Amino acid sequence: MNCLRPTSIALVLSAVFCAHAQADEVAVAVAANFTAPMQKIAAQFEKDTGHKATLSFGATGKFYAQINNGAPFGILLAADDTTPEKLAKEGKAVDASRFTYAIGQLVLWSKQANYVDDKGQVLKTGDYQHIAIANPKLAPYGLAAMQTLDKLGLTAQVQPRVVQGENIGQTYQFAASGNAQLGFVALSQVMEGGQLREGSAWIVPEAMHEPIRQDAIVLNSAKDNPAAKALMEYLKGDKARAVIKSYGYAF
Amino acid sequence: MTSALLRPEDWAAIRLTLELASTTTLLLLVLTTPLAWWLAHTRSRWRGPIGAVVALPLVLPPTVIGFYLLVTMGPNGPIGHLTQSLGLGRLPFTFAGLVVGSLVYSLPFAVQPLQRAFESIGNRPLEVAATLGASRIDTFFTVALPLALPGFITAAVLSFAHTVGEFGIVLMLGGNIEGVTRVVSVQIYDHVEAMEYARAHWLAGGMVAFAFVVLVALQWLQPRDHRNATPL
Repeated sequence: MNCLRPTSIALVLSAVFCAHAQADEVAVAVAANFTAPMQKIAAQFEKDTGHKATLSFGATGKFYAQINNGAPFGILLAADDTTPEKLAKEGKAVDASRFTYAIGQLVLWSKQANYVDDKGQVLKTGDYQHIAIANPKLAPYGLAAMQTLDKLGLTAQVQPRVVQGENIGQTYQFAASGNAQLGFVALSQVMEGGQLREGSAWIVPEAMHEPIRQDAIVLNSAKDNPAAKALMEYLKGDKARAVIKSYGYAF
Repeated sequence: MTSALLRPEDWAAIRLTLELASTTTLLLLVLTTPLAWWLAHTRSRWRGPIGAVVALPLVLPPTVIGFYLLVTMGPNGPIGHLTQSLGLGRLPFTFAGLVVGSLVYSLPFAVQPLQRAFESIGNRPLEVAATLGASRIDTFFTVALPLALPGFITAAVLSFAHTVGEFGIVLMLGGNIEGVTRVVSVQIYDHVEAMEYARAHWLAGGMVAFAFVVLVALQWLQPRDHRNATPL
């Protein structure tokens, strides 16, 4: 909840200064896995349009609860497609604004170089002690990881070695600290500028799991906010897409 | 509507939490008594810095402690090197790892009440015992310990309750493994995140009731003249 205060202060300030500037402001709740690309996109957006986007990062489920309790967000960039759909059905968001801004890519990653092979055989043959997977009940990446294990027929074999992160950020931390030798994380976390930052990885083929569709939606409070509309358009544009792609997302 | 009553995995979390809290409390009482005694009596210039180290967990967010423990207990950290060379393996994602984390997290809740209790005894009873020919060890066990009993009770209750309420460290260090590291606070967090509010209420409400009972019991257990000195 501590993210609410700065946001509401920002909203008040923007209301005060509205008379002086043409620019508008929108508060955006951003799924944790999209943190890095969104920071870049928001900076470009501000430069190109003059509008301002204030960002809050966190778990999609938490944002849902906060929105239900009156959090002053204008846009939700979710980690899944079910939460925006639910908000639209419940009449809390503008259904027509809903679209898939990115498709997440699951990757089996290790901090060790030359450890993960390009077919994920290490799951079967490796002598790893722990494998980090996001909580499949809470995180789409965790669910996709479990679907992948099912498809490989390795669920029973791997399960005893699973440690669960409560979201994809924590899951990455388990693997990045080396406490878990392997981890199913988001490609966006280990990739920058189209390249793997460190370690070794297997990009899980999309046929192994249901697509990780990440949907955006405008919430009712920002229905008439020009900045919200502009940002949704901007996310569909070439500039934003180039950034999104460089972090390993598909469309 | 999901069933509201507690399920087996909720009970597993409760059992694990109680196990963690009792282990931590027992270890803390044994380990911190000499430290508290030293802090209460020393005139060393290290008293200030060491007292500050003991108090650090009071002001640091659990995520800071959890993060550093995860790194230092990991394969490249000093504690990780030590435990591995001792043949103990690595501590993150194990019950032992949670105990180590809880010892750090609840340290001030054991040390500070004990230190205050030892200080409030003063030097006089100890000097009297010494003039009667009691050895220092003898004095400690037959004079200081009984007089400091309220402090021990406070330390035990607070360490236990504080460990039960721990969240950030077990989240950072535990890996959320059912029956091994998934304690009640993490289970509640999962329920809330999954929007299973009814299940969350049962556990969370239970925690509130538990904390209330503990604090009331603490008031009752304190002898009258100590009540104003409760560290709360």
